[in-house]
Amino acid sequence: MLETALKGSRKYWGLIIFLLAIISAGFISYLYQFRIGLGITGMSRDVSWGFYIGQFTFLVGVAAAAVMVVLPYYLHNYKKYGRIAVIAEFLAIPSVIMCMLFIFVDMGQPLRVLNVLLHPTPNSVMFFDMVVLSGYLILNILCGWTVLGAERKGMPPPAWIKPFIYIAIAWAPSIHIVTAFLYAGLPGRHLWLTAIMAARFLASAFSSGPSLIIILCLIVRRFTNFDPGKEAIQTLGKTVTYAMIINVLFLGFEFFTAFYSTIPGHMHPFDYLYTGMEGYGKLVPMMWISNILAVVALALLINPATRRNEGTLAVAAVATFFSLWIDKGFGLVVGGFVPNPFERITEYWPTVPEALITLGVWGVGFLVLTILYKVAVSVKEEVVYDKYGERQVKLFK
Amino acid sequence: MSINRREFLKIAGISTILAIGGMSATNVLKRNWLDASQVLPDPKALIGKKWAMVVNMTKFKTEYDYKRVINACHRIHNVPDIGNPKREIKWIWEETFEHAFPGQEHEYMGENIKHQPFLVLCNHCDNPACVRVCPTKATYKRSDGIVMMDMHRCIGCRFCMAACPFGARSFNWINPRPFIKEENKEFPTRMKGVVEKCTFCYERLAKGLKPACVEESNGGLIFGDLEDPESDVRKVLHSSYTIRRKPELGTQPKVYYIIT
Repeated sequence: MLETALKGSRKYWGLIIFLLAIISAGFISYLYQFRIGLGITGMSRDVSWGFYIGQFTFLVGVAAAAVMVVLPYYLHNYKKYGRIAVIAEFLAIPSVIMCMLFIFVDMGQPLRVLNVLLHPTPNSVMFFDMVVLSGYLILNILCGWTVLGAERKGMPPPAWIKPFIYIAIAWAPSIHIVTAFLYAGLPGRHLWLTAIMAARFLASAFSSGPSLIIILCLIVRRFTNFDPGKEAIQTLGKTVTYAMIINVLFLGFEFFTAFYSTIPGHMHPFDYLYTGMEGYGKLVPMMWISNILAVVALALLINPATRRNEGTLAVAAVATFFSLWIDKGFGLVVGGFVPNPFERITEYWPTVPEALITLGVWGVGFLVLTILYKVAVSVKEEVVYDKYGERQVKLFK
Repeated sequence: MSINRREFLKIAGISTILAIGGMSATNVLKRNWLDASQVLPDPKALIGKKWAMVVNMTKFKTEYDYKRVINACHRIHNVPDIGNPKREIKWIWEETFEHAFPGQEHEYMGENIKHQPFLVLCNHCDNPACVRVCPTKATYKRSDGIVMMDMHRCIGCRFCMAACPFGARSFNWINPRPFIKEENKEFPTRMKGVVEKCTFCYERLAKGLKPACVEESNGGLIFGDLEDPESDVRKVLHSSYTIRRKPELGTQPKVYYIIT
């Protein structure tokens, strides 16, 4: 099937070359970081994780969110998701690859990465994170590829893949729960030391991930002949709505606990993130943009008229995605480190090479995504009718 | 009996897998199974079961009292002077009371106490969060209670820095070697990309010497074995009122402070 990725329109190759250019810029920046050290980033003794780990955390959520499509389809036989199950699985693959790359570029001694396997340490959550992420990557490649291959041949998927699909469904939340445990089990980091961290992670994942799937479905429908289906997109919209409401509620719960108890350690990170502290407030505008985007998204999502309109739904999806990208990919990680264990404030802001490396990793993700989607869409266009005999290819372009 | 190539490869493959699997399994199941040592231990070596330190702040009066201790440590351990607080490496340093013991200060406290500098260093916790999170066992607790660093194994993930509630750990953001003023050839320098911290002078204990800071402190720092009721630290802990940093977090810090 991979051969279908080698034949494409001018636009397709244009996109590939554009992504390769971004990747090259990131790669060159990485070589610089490799030579000098992580000192080229904005991280410091006090804020020792930054943009890289933030992106990793956010993208684990995007990867896990494939389950929001796969579960209703396979466990509840929700037929409208038949066409896009593979779209969701093929989003999980590049997301996990990006997660792994972000961990890799964050390492001080990347050549020693295999020490994690050589000296397996089950009491470290990072060890488990490696296990669940690699497992999830393999499961999604296996399930996505096998089911798409069967669709191409006009056959039902082989029976042996079923158990793997069910395992993948159970596995998906685990990757994000384990990632939350990276943070939630650390003494002395008040922002992270909360029992609802894993729950918050899942809620934000199940809103940001399906938002991205909505956006990708709309892009695929616009630029290819494959139609993911209006109803599928509408149902995704409902998933985003509920998950986003829960996500905002969870954030509210955190605020309540911190500010009603008035325990200083619990209030400080929120003070720093949303109002600034002792004259330091580099992240305040970002956090308020995130808040405003969340309000806009919820308004558009909760109102049935704007949710049903694909144009406004797309705006809501973009708003949700970026709101959560700021909240999780930036605020959550940096906020955990400010103020530091001495209650002193050191601020963090990414540097240019750091941003380029980050962009480069996103470039790799989008390259893998583009290739996988090209394969999936080519198969769908060739097959014309979905599993249930409905036309999944537009009548005219 | 002869075997063909296919069978040979099969057997070789299976034995390799079993060997590697077995090795990692024993690694997991039997922690600290083997203590490798190239030479016989020095008969003079100081042996303890739970090394600890008491910082007697009443003995620190002048700026020089602090500097002498800090410089002794940083000099013999090749701690670089990078000069940029964001990139700095420090093993033992000064923090004022309000920052060393956040939450303990109050608005009516005299400025002299609030802003009195305290010596802070790795607490060599009995229940260290940094050891729990390390994915490669590059940081580990020795049988004598010292929380050690293997800088050859550290992958630089900095999970330990996020886990440590005492800010005791420093990361080599850049190559530290150009910033070492006078290299002590007896102690290894570090490379970029690894985490480091105080090691309670394990290298001096092995030679029968107390930690460098203790030696330089004129009695301001007391070092000894908590498991030995006759040790100096036990006697001081028995007779004086001492506090520890953030005891509520349950990491069981083993650095104690006498304030008055």
